[in-house]
Amino acid sequence: MDINTKNLKKNAFRVTKVRGYTASRVRIPGGHLNAEILEKVADIARKYGNGTVHITSRQGFEIPGIPFELIPKINEELQPIIDMLEINQPVRGEGYSASGTRNIVACIGNRVCPYACYDTTAFAKRIEKAVFPHDLHFKIALTGCPNDCAKVRMHDFGIMGMTMPVYDPSRCVSCGACEKYCRRKSVQAIEMVNERPVRNEEKCIGCGECVLNCPTRAWTRGEGADKRYRLTLFGRTGKRNPRLGEDFIKWVDEDSIIKIILNTYDYVAKYIDKDAPGGKEHIGYIVDRTGFEEYKKWALKGVNLPPGAVVYNPLYWKGIKYTEMTL
Amino acid sequence: MGYRLSKDGLNAVLAEFSRHYKLYAPHRFPYQGEHSDTDSIRYAEVKTVDEIELGEKSSHTFKEALIPISETLFFFTEDNIKESDPVHTGAIIFLRSCDLHAVKRLDEIYLNNGADDYYYKRLRNNVKFVLLGCSSPFENCFCVDMGTNIINEYDASLDVRDGQYYVDCKASDWNSLFQNHAEEILDVVPSHVDKTPTRVSLPDTNTIDTVTVIKSSMWDEYDSRCIACGRCNCSCPTCTCFTMQDIFYTDNGRVGERRRVWASCMVDKFTDVAGGGSYRNRYGERMRFKVLHKVVDFKQRFGYQMCVGCGRCDDVCPEYISFSHAVNKLSKLSKEGRKQ
Repeated sequence: MDINTKNLKKNAFRVTKVRGYTASRVRIPGGHLNAEILEKVADIARKYGNGTVHITSRQGFEIPGIPFELIPKINEELQPIIDMLEINQPVRGEGYSASGTRNIVACIGNRVCPYACYDTTAFAKRIEKAVFPHDLHFKIALTGCPNDCAKVRMHDFGIMGMTMPVYDPSRCVSCGACEKYCRRKSVQAIEMVNERPVRNEEKCIGCGECVLNCPTRAWTRGEGADKRYRLTLFGRTGKRNPRLGEDFIKWVDEDSIIKIILNTYDYVAKYIDKDAPGGKEHIGYIVDRTGFEEYKKWALKGVNLPPGAVVYNPLYWKGIKYTEMTL
Repeated sequence: MGYRLSKDGLNAVLAEFSRHYKLYAPHRFPYQGEHSDTDSIRYAEVKTVDEIELGEKSSHTFKEALIPISETLFFFTEDNIKESDPVHTGAIIFLRSCDLHAVKRLDEIYLNNGADDYYYKRLRNNVKFVLLGCSSPFENCFCVDMGTNIINEYDASLDVRDGQYYVDCKASDWNSLFQNHAEEILDVVPSHVDKTPTRVSLPDTNTIDTVTVIKSSMWDEYDSRCIACGRCNCSCPTCTCFTMQDIFYTDNGRVGERRRVWASCMVDKFTDVAGGGSYRNRYGERMRFKVLHKVVDFKQRFGYQMCVGCGRCDDVCPEYISFSHAVNKLSKLSKEGRKQ
C-alpha cells in the first residue's frame, strides 16, 4: 500500500492506529447543522465505515473504519454535506482541501440560549468563509457570553459575546435586580446610588445579567445589530505550556476580529519555525519568540477599531511551563 | 360616525392630533428585548401609524402615560419647593379593550378611593382614548372570562384591514377632522374577540372562605418556583402601588427631589415597615396576596373584578408561572371548601 499521508491529512482524513483504515473528518462550522446532514454522516458510517461516528471535541464528526481505497468515494459522498454547509472548496468532488485551520467551534448561542449576546453560529460561519481553506494550524472558537461554555480561552482566538448595557432612569423602579444579579452572578460592577444603579464601566464585562433581569426594560442592549465582543489571544492546550488566552481587545466588532485573524496568517507565514514538526506550530509559541509587540504590529495593520474598543497592553500569559518544572 | 381612511389620511389625522396631544401607543423597539436580537414592544410617544405596533401584544402597558414608572413630584431646596412639570398636558392613548377597562381600575384607586390623587389627576385630566380592535386573541389572553373583551366608552376606535384603517369616532369634536381625511363614511364596529383559548373560572367572592384559602398548601409551590422579579406587576395594567423616594443630590446634599416609583408586591422590601418588620417573606405568600387582591379583595371592595385578563403577567414570567392557572386552582379550592 502506497499512501501519501501528507496529502491524506490535508484532505481531512486521518492516519489511524488500524493499519489500512482511515477516518473521515467532517467540519461543521459553528456546530449547528441541518438534521439532514446527520443522516448523511450516518449513511457514510454504515456504508463505508464501521458503523460508528465520533463527535469530535471541535464539533465535527469523525467517521472511522474506512479503507484507504474508498477515499475518492467518500469525498463524493461528502459533497452534499460540504454544499449544505457552504464550505469553501476550490475543486468540487474532492472533499476538504485543507485541515490545518481547524473547525470553528461555537456554543449554541442566541438561537437557543437566553444568555447569549449574539448568533454564534452565524459569526462562526462568517469567519469560516474568510479563513478556510488554510493549512496553518489556527484554532478559533466563539462563545455567546462571558460564561464561556465554549471554553474559547483555550483557543488561539477566543471570541466572547458582550452586551453594552444602556440605562434609562425614567424606567427604573429601584427593584435592585440588576445590582443583585451583577453582584451574585457576575463581577459586582453595579452599585445603587440614590436608589438607582450606577454601572462601573471599567469593571463591566458585558455579560448582560442586568438587562436579562430588569423587569421594566430600564436596562437594554445598546449594541443593537452592531455586536461587540471580547477577543482573547493564544490560549492553548498541549504538551509544553498549556495556558488560557489573555484579553486583547474588549468591545471590538466583527470586521476588526476578522481582519486581525487574517493579519495573523501573514504574521505566522513570516515567523513560523520552518522546521516545525509537521509544519505545525501553535501561534502562541511564535509570539513567545517574536515578542507580543511585533505580533501586535502585524495584527492591527489596517484595522479600524470601532469607538469604545479597548486594547489591553501589555499582554502576559501564564499557564503551566513543563519545560521549566522541577519537583 | 364611522370612517375608512388610507394610511396617508390617518397620518394626516394623527399629525393634527399631535399639535394638541402627545400620542402614546404600543411601539416596537428593535433589539431592546430581554434577550439579544429580540425586540421589545412597549408604549412610546408616536407620530405616525407606522410607529404603532398593531400586530403584537405589548409587554408593558399604557399605564406609563398616566402613572410614570418614576415620577418626580417636586424639587426641594433649603427653603423652597418647586412642583415638577407634568410629562404631558394632554394625551391620546391607543389601547385595547382590556387596557381601557383597566383605566377604570386606575381611576377607582387614584380618584374615587378617598381624596383625588393630585399627580394622577393632572395627567388624567386631558386624556382621550383610541380603542385598538382585536380580531383574534393573543397567547394567554382571557378577557372574555373577565368581561373585558368589549367596551363602548372610547373616543375613537381603530382597526386595520387590507391596509385600510377603519375608525368609529365617538368624540364629536373629532368628526370633521376624520371626515376631511376619510376615503369613505360607513358604519364601523370595532372588532373584538368572543372566545379565548385560555379560560378562567373565577371564585365566588361572596362565599369564598378566605381562611381556608390562606391556609391552603396551593401557594407553597410558588415558594420555590417564583424568583420575585416583579415582572408580573410591572407589566400589569391594573397594579397601582408606588413607593416614595426622597433623593438628596450628591453634589449638594441640601437640595434634592421627591419622586414616586412603581412598587411591586412580589419584590423584596415591599412589606418592610418601620422598626425592621417585614411580612410575606415567602414568595408563595406574595403570590397568594397578589392573586387574592386581583380576583377577590378588589371585587369585595369595589364590586367588580380588578384583573382585566390581558395575560401579560403570564407572557412575561420567566419561570412560566401562570396567573390564570393560579386563579383556576383558587376557584377549584374555594368550591371544594364550600362543599365540606
